[in-house]
Amino acid sequence: MTLTSSRSGTRSGRRPAHSAPPARWRSRKVQGWLYAAPTAVIVGVLFLAPLVLVVWMSLNRWPLLGPARFNAPDNYLKIADNALFVDAVFFTLKYTAITTVLLSAVALGLALLVQERGPGIGFFRTAFFLPGAVGFAAAGLLFYGMLNNDFGPVDPMLQALGITSEPVKWIGTPDMALFSTIALVLWRFAGFNMLILLTGLQAIPVEVYEAARSDGAGRWQIFTRITLPLLRPTLALMLILSVTGSLLAFDQFFVFTNGGPDNSTVSMVMVIYRAAFFRFDLGGAAAMSVVLLVALVGLNTLMMRRLR
Amino acid sequence: MSRYLTLSALAVLFLFPLVWSGYASMEEPSNYLEMARFGEGVGTYTTNSALVSFMTVAGTLAVSALGGYGFARFDFPGKNLLFLATLAILMVPYATILIPLYVLLGYLGLQNSLVGLSLVFVMFQLPFALFMMRNAFEAVPRELEEAALVDGCGTFRAFSRILLHAVRPALITVGLFAFLASWNDFFAPLILLNDGASFTLPVAVVSMTSQTMGAIDYGMLQSGVMVMAIPCLILFIVLQRHYVRGFMSGALRG
Repeated sequence: MTLTSSRSGTRSGRRPAHSAPPARWRSRKVQGWLYAAPTAVIVGVLFLAPLVLVVWMSLNRWPLLGPARFNAPDNYLKIADNALFVDAVFFTLKYTAITTVLLSAVALGLALLVQERGPGIGFFRTAFFLPGAVGFAAAGLLFYGMLNNDFGPVDPMLQALGITSEPVKWIGTPDMALFSTIALVLWRFAGFNMLILLTGLQAIPVEVYEAARSDGAGRWQIFTRITLPLLRPTLALMLILSVTGSLLAFDQFFVFTNGGPDNSTVSMVMVIYRAAFFRFDLGGAAAMSVVLLVALVGLNTLMMRRLR
Repeated sequence: MSRYLTLSALAVLFLFPLVWSGYASMEEPSNYLEMARFGEGVGTYTTNSALVSFMTVAGTLAVSALGGYGFARFDFPGKNLLFLATLAILMVPYATILIPLYVLLGYLGLQNSLVGLSLVFVMFQLPFALFMMRNAFEAVPRELEEAALVDGCGTFRAFSRILLHAVRPALITVGLFAFLASWNDFFAPLILLNDGASFTLPVAVVSMTSQTMGAIDYGMLQSGVMVMAIPCLILFIVLQRHYVRGFMSGALRG
């Protein structure tokens, strides 16, 4: 660290940084704080304060309008009786499991296909990633139109190919609604996850493959014995991102299925949202948020430990 | 060869929805006209979205560039604690602190405000942005800065005149991520904005589906999708290099 701003001496006359005068050090400290101050304000006011507030809110009867009243632990006790939330927990876990497995498989397949450079590979990478640049809400509306029985192109195409004989109830039954939502999520996120895996694949030295090949290893052997083990940290990261993202799913269900049919696709975050803005029970919503937050931080810590 | 056949089939599958949406939105030219007149007018929503994105990008760049420089080149008490607190934003699920943020912005007089929404976006962008900028400043040779300081510049002048120039690629990456996040986000504006006139595009267009229940104009809906998607697609294609680089160097290791 050089502290020579006020000095005009020759280069050879410069003292090494560690012998700089203490007064300048203090001013470096102040300067450092000034540069970091905006960060501190944003993190303090918009992150740490709401973190404390959400816990405080969860201990109060907190209507959307009107004064709050301390009522702990009622908001927490209420959660177990909230049938919608309990159902949502099971639904969200099911959704998370299916999505994570399929997303990993598809992303890995794509990454392996575009791993080696070659003519046109850049185009394919871009093509697979491009849906990721579209907002999730926009993507939901796109699928909403595309899978519509009267307006969308998918039904006529499937019928022309002889795959189906009548319009499919894409979001009309609980199972199909889940299926269609997962198709939407795969379309929107496969390229993103492919990109994550590509960074991991490219970190594997070419020599490792060459050595394996000269030892007579087949393609499947190379994949299971070399690629997968060496890709483990990257796969772990992708897994954590996918699990966290899926457990917090909201947009896809709000925009695309609207929780239907018959509340069969209501996710946990959707229940929190409804509690706050349909039932105006911010305290209850805060309690569910705290539970979700603790569960997710715990889960993330656990996954990071196990998967390292 | 069979690899290219598979790749082509997959590319069709991935690109088809975008191509179809573009086609469906233009099938009847009136789609965009109706869309323009919907609610407060698509112009209002686009302006709101553009304002929020602009404030988010500018705010994120300013806060993370100053902070990144501070973290890379200065020592001060509480430095590590602040850095960890910033990274902790990544650990806390987005959705769980939006409800207290809604209450908190009310205390600050920023409820239903595009400024309040932008500040929230800046906060969510900060872990990635600060991490990127700190690394970028650390990679700048110290000699560059020292030369300026020797010439009598204060650290701020050295920062604004010379160092900012040297970290331009990181600034572009951070700005691109901030734009895509703020332009596309649906949940935060849904909660933090409650007046139709201040809605951003995603909230406004999604509300088209519920307000016109039973008689949804699907063509108009797709023109809304296109208005939202096209700026992102163009920006992504133009700045793809920066996106991928940011991805490799920061987004994933935070």
